[in-house]
Amino acid sequence: MTVSKPIIEINELDVSFGRQDVLRDISLSVPAGQTLAIIGESGCGKTVLLKTIIGLVQPTRGYVEFDGQRIDQLDDQELTRQRTRFGFVFQNAALFDSMTVAENILFPLRQHHPGERASHDDAMLARLAEVGLPTAVLRKRPAELSGGMRKRVGLARALIMNPEVLLYDEPTTGLDPIVSDVINELMMRTRKQNPVTSIIVTHDMKTATKVADRIVMLYPLARLADDEEQILFDGSAEEIEGANDRRVTQFIRGEAGDRLMEMNETAEEVV
Amino acid sequence: MSTGLEYSRPPRRGIVSALTDPLVDLGTLVLRSIETLGDMTLFAWQTIRWLVARLPSKDTLYTNMYQIGVLSLPVVALTGTFIGMVLAVQSYTQFRAFGLETQLGGVINRTMFRELGPVLAATMLAGRVGSAMAAELGTMRVTEQIDALSSMGANPVHYLVVPRFLSCLLLIPSLTIMAVFMGVVGGAAYCVFLLNIDVHHYSANSKLYVENWDLLYGIIKSVFFGATIGLVSCYRGFNCKPGAEGVGQAATSAFVQSFVVIIVLDLFLSILLDNIYSYLWPTSPMLLNG
Repeated sequence: MTVSKPIIEINELDVSFGRQDVLRDISLSVPAGQTLAIIGESGCGKTVLLKTIIGLVQPTRGYVEFDGQRIDQLDDQELTRQRTRFGFVFQNAALFDSMTVAENILFPLRQHHPGERASHDDAMLARLAEVGLPTAVLRKRPAELSGGMRKRVGLARALIMNPEVLLYDEPTTGLDPIVSDVINELMMRTRKQNPVTSIIVTHDMKTATKVADRIVMLYPLARLADDEEQILFDGSAEEIEGANDRRVTQFIRGEAGDRLMEMNETAEEVV
Repeated sequence: MSTGLEYSRPPRRGIVSALTDPLVDLGTLVLRSIETLGDMTLFAWQTIRWLVARLPSKDTLYTNMYQIGVLSLPVVALTGTFIGMVLAVQSYTQFRAFGLETQLGGVINRTMFRELGPVLAATMLAGRVGSAMAAELGTMRVTEQIDALSSMGANPVHYLVVPRFLSCLLLIPSLTIMAVFMGVVGGAAYCVFLLNIDVHHYSANSKLYVENWDLLYGIIKSVFFGATIGLVSCYRGFNCKPGAEGVGQAATSAFVQSFVVIIVLDLFLSILLDNIYSYLWPTSPMLLNG
């Protein structure tokens, strides 16, 4: 794969909530067209990093640059304009309960191009076909859909504005293996059909190795020494198999390792 | 075997910290209250800024108006009727002792117009709509729907708060008028049909003690109450803590805080409006010293 100009640059990023530090000194460069998977155990700050990229979370230090512009320095109007260049697929799809599936998918178009309603339906049907959903779902409410269908509607909504960057937050969490693979295939198909940069936050190694060009592994700050980097691994899917760091190999193999010992020690202390 | 209670027991403290801890707690509480007040002020400012900058779409506004106004009418009318009757029941014995039972209309109506109408409508709105708004927005926060709005370039304050705030502000006067009307009717019906007070004297005294200003008085108050309910409830929903417990807390605190602010505002607005009245009509017979 040819390396393009970075579309997203994360520079020495720190994020804290009150006294709780979540991200520390994160620097990453994401070239246009790349599919990056950010992996790591629960609570390591993957979702926070994703939300910081789009300006939903404000960094304590450092900044995110999108297409050469610092996200934290944009005014409301410009931030809104830049956000239309992103598509965000949320962990539980975050569909609006009060709207039908059709209204959910059309929401970004109606918000930003209210005068062009005639072309909206065509765009919606095209996206619906792209994510493999029948038109019968359009009149349904999100509560009437299965988890996999909700994720697909979320993807259709994220794609409707033809984004340049797609952010996926745990796209396969809570889904059975078959539906998870359907979502993986959809992400790959989306990438083929649309020239997008994708950042996928996941703890599903199958998704990471199948879909991503590059994998970055974060580690929870609470378990790191002060001088250790939070990014434990940055490389390809092939490279991660041969990683030397025990914490990386434990994660990709899904082994409890020293966590089990810690758990036993805690249990003993309690008793 | 040890119990969970032992682990939750606080560590043993010295006499100095035992004396200073309450002060620290008090200081933290004061600081948090100031922080919340500042945050709420910014939230209100943002809401007003968006309200002036761009009105919400008609569809969104009408949906909210229906939910907030139309669906609240039956409960406001019902409670208004019974409050009017209760006023008649409670006042009758005292008035009868002085032979003033025909004056009941004046007291009931003036109380309904100035105090009970607006406060009752506001309380019902805070309970029925305020809690629901906080719970709905809280659920949207917890399920990342508010983040989804932002990520799609829609401002959540403009899209979610402005229509709710505007609906509360515009429709609470109508609800207040309904509460007042039903209270007046309920009180009159009880006095005339059950207490057998003469209709002619009852209505003559009612007219004597109530004027247009009293209706305006209640409506002015209700606008402030409506704004309070809209802002406090939406703020609580927006700042909801995670989980089902967080949503429950947001709904409860939306009602409690709205109610407290309404009662405090009621006092200050009463003083202010009475002063305005005595300034505008210094020789009015309605003034106690007039």
